[in-house]
Amino acid sequence: MDTSSMDKDLITLSNASLGVISPVKTADSLKIRQRLRRSYRQIKTENVFRRVLVLMGWVMVVLVLGILFTLVLESVPSIRALGAGYLWGKTWDPVQDVYGAYPFLLGTLLTSFLALIISIPFSIAVAIFLGEYYPEGWLPNLLKNTVELIAAVPSVIYGFWGLAVLVPIVRGWETKLGVQPVGVGILSSSLILAVMIIPYAASLGRSMIQMVPSPLKEAAYSLGATRWEVIRSVIIPYTKSGLFAGILLSLGRALGETMAVTMVIGNTSIIPKNIFSPGNTMASVIANEFTEADKPVYLSALIELGLVLFLVTVVINMIGKRVISRFTNE
Amino acid sequence: MTPSNIKYRIGKSRGFQVLTITLAFACVIPLLAILGFIIEAGITKINWHFLVNVPKPVGETGGGIANALLGTLIIILVAALIAIPIGILCGVYLSENKKSRLAYWSRLCVDILQGVPSIVVGIVAYFWLVKPLGGFSALSGSVALAIMMLPIVIRSTEETLKLLPDTLKEAAFALGMPFHRVILKVIIPCGISGILSGVMLSIARVAGETAPLLFTAFGNPYLSANLTKPMQSLPLLIFNYATSPYNDWHDLAWGASLILLVFVLMLNIFTKLITRKWKVQL
Amino acid sequence: MKKKSLNFRALLSAGALFLAIGFSACNGGGTSGESKSDSTKSASDDNALIGAGSSFDNPLFSKMFSEYNKLNGLKVNYQSVGSGAGISQLTNKTVDFGASDAPMNGKQDSAVSAPVLHIPVTAGAVVLSYNLAEVKDTLKLTPSVLADIFLGKITKWNDAKIAAINKGVKLPDVAILIAHRSDGSGTSNIFTTYLSKVSEEWSSKVGKGSSVNWPVGLGGKGNEGVAGLIKQTPGAIGYIELAYAIQNNMAYAQIQNKAGRFITPSIASVTAAANITIPADSKVSLTNTDAADGYPISGFSWVLIYKEQKYGDRNQDRATKLLKLLSWVIHDGQQFSGALNYAPLSPAAVTTGDAILKSATFDGKPILQ
Repeated sequence: MDTSSMDKDLITLSNASLGVISPVKTADSLKIRQRLRRSYRQIKTENVFRRVLVLMGWVMVVLVLGILFTLVLESVPSIRALGAGYLWGKTWDPVQDVYGAYPFLLGTLLTSFLALIISIPFSIAVAIFLGEYYPEGWLPNLLKNTVELIAAVPSVIYGFWGLAVLVPIVRGWETKLGVQPVGVGILSSSLILAVMIIPYAASLGRSMIQMVPSPLKEAAYSLGATRWEVIRSVIIPYTKSGLFAGILLSLGRALGETMAVTMVIGNTSIIPKNIFSPGNTMASVIANEFTEADKPVYLSALIELGLVLFLVTVVINMIGKRVISRFTNE
Repeated sequence: MTPSNIKYRIGKSRGFQVLTITLAFACVIPLLAILGFIIEAGITKINWHFLVNVPKPVGETGGGIANALLGTLIIILVAALIAIPIGILCGVYLSENKKSRLAYWSRLCVDILQGVPSIVVGIVAYFWLVKPLGGFSALSGSVALAIMMLPIVIRSTEETLKLLPDTLKEAAFALGMPFHRVILKVIIPCGISGILSGVMLSIARVAGETAPLLFTAFGNPYLSANLTKPMQSLPLLIFNYATSPYNDWHDLAWGASLILLVFVLMLNIFTKLITRKWKVQL
Repeated sequence: MKKKSLNFRALLSAGALFLAIGFSACNGGGTSGESKSDSTKSASDDNALIGAGSSFDNPLFSKMFSEYNKLNGLKVNYQSVGSGAGISQLTNKTVDFGASDAPMNGKQDSAVSAPVLHIPVTAGAVVLSYNLAEVKDTLKLTPSVLADIFLGKITKWNDAKIAAINKGVKLPDVAILIAHRSDGSGTSNIFTTYLSKVSEEWSSKVGKGSSVNWPVGLGGKGNEGVAGLIKQTPGAIGYIELAYAIQNNMAYAQIQNKAGRFITPSIASVTAAANITIPADSKVSLTNTDAADGYPISGFSWVLIYKEQKYGDRNQDRATKLLKLLSWVIHDGQQFSGALNYAPLSPAAVTTGDAILKSATFDGKPILQ
């Protein structure tokens, strides 16, 4: 009913604006004026609405710039006091006011890449299973949903479980290998991280594999290729960049993970010697020491660590998204 | 080609299939282990008193987590009230302006925001809200959580609206509807299921966050519904009580863990049911 | 289209209903909370204080403040965020009081805008807990051996130096694993202060602080984390608070004090350690105490408030409530210490605390008479 009245509005509006002279009675002219006013109001609301939308677009930009600005501002004291050597300094000693981020950079990279290596076979297996072998049916559906639920479990609960269940198992391995049986360390946190990041690469990989055009696969089958040969020579090459993007997104997630890692990594600021040694990641140091940072430079050094973490995850995520968008556009 | 070669190739293919299936189903084991572990530890702690009482000090039994339940509910509700309108409108903007320069930057920022570690959000919210306002408040916690919800809401809105056929919008315009009515009465209602599942996913994600609340919502041992004052929440309670030496408090933490886990998983499953029913692709 | 919009409307109304229920629940909670405090005194806003800091104090405070709430309805919200955070929150004026296991140092003092009072509220012991299933007797440790262990110079449990002070105890040939706190903490501060006092080498190499660069060992987050590491790792030794060791039935060593006696950490031996001459500002370390029966690794925990209570939009009422609360804590509140394995304040400490509380002012006038 609104639209029909609006149509009349428009007609009268055009008539009025065209200056069509017609003998109108006063009552009618009043009506026209009312309608005119209403359609002006509509246009006005429309403009306001458009402006609100643009504003919302700006909100996001301002929000991210604001976060960046706050982090930079708060880490200025540390940047000024420590300079660029901060990143390569090998000791972290708050008592002597010596801050070097190198052990944490190393710890972060070690845990993330190890987790990636462990999780890749599993996530690719899930992707191939759901994307190629069994795309339909209740069991694959159940598997798909269950794998997605892995991403839903809060990380503090992963940490809890890791400490109670995983760490003793790892300690058993270490006793057998003759390493000092500690349990907590790089390996334990990598294992937990590996579980946590499976869904990211798996779900992206699945949708990429489903996008492989079936004529390609059918052509390969008709040439006598086995299932495995189709997967290796058609599907994997075709989805290479998509799988890579999924892995990058997993990496981004692994880098920023805080609570679960903090609970099982052992938390020492010494440079880790091997994958069994305890260590520290950038996120776990912030979580451990942020509340007790009692000197301005100390606090600021921790925030600078947050800034570095922020920039690294941003770059990794950016590359990942770029690869995906290129893949899906092709 | 000799038959043995073919057999070898088929065998290899079979072998790979078995390997894939084994690895794929091995992923489920950790999830089941965690679920079993938390349920076993938490189920005996939960009863009516647990849900309606506030925590008792050490040495007194019968405490509950009512303050954390109410707090989590309020903090998340307020966070949702902040994030949903902004998120949906921003999603609409991005889907309506695919090519504009601002949309490009805005989309980039959404991607960045999605990758920001939660502890960083907590630090930033502290410097933005708590310090200038001179005190901890549930509201600042809600804002921190809302920042974390935004990217998910925006993304799901944008992706859903992109899938709607252009003819829908064109038909509405042809009837002379103004732009805002087209969006609010046609486009958003048509995509509501996708948007809604994005909203629920975002709630599920922030419900388990501890780090952004540590220095914003702060926690509170008493029942409180005042947004400008500190407020307790479930993850905070788990974090604090799990690290105490007292068994009474450990019990509270286990029970709270179970409730939180069930809440988050239910939200996820419910979202999946919605998306299945309305056939939304996310 | 028609059907879709119908669905949409149904969804919307469902959402509205959900919101309405949610809000009514909030309102219900709010009103019930207010009516409770109404019956006691005034609106809930004015009858609440906020504190933050030391996680060591948290269990005791939870008990004390709950009892105080029963007495006169004041709601004290204390959150254990860590001693350092307690100090910085007080500096930022986001809390009414901070709590810390370490007195504020020079740099922190210069960061605050006004003088801060330290009021001792309780004392605690840091014990050396170990995991040696074979050893049934309580181990004895001297300060120099302890320092050598934590410096990484003694690496085996059957080292001659340990054997020399534990005659008759059969020590296993197991590597020593050190467990320390990974997060900054007042517990670490007490322990490293003690080691710095008794070992020249520790003082020059590592120093004291709430987080130091540990020469060897594993870090655990919180007392819980360290206790977990010790319990799970054979051959481990680490420092934790007395309450944790007792609650978790862990073995802990006797430490030789300044007077040369081996002291078992207990509430009595900590109270004894605190029975020394306390300076007027109460900022004293109890480590390596002169008291003959005193356990050497112990320390006060302080509540920190601004000396001048008129800042921001604070009124006299709020300041009075805070001071009355703290006065109750150091007197009547002390009765709850023992049951939770905290050491009650010594009479000397209470007297000093009283004097400090009386020096607090509002707009230049003393608050407590």
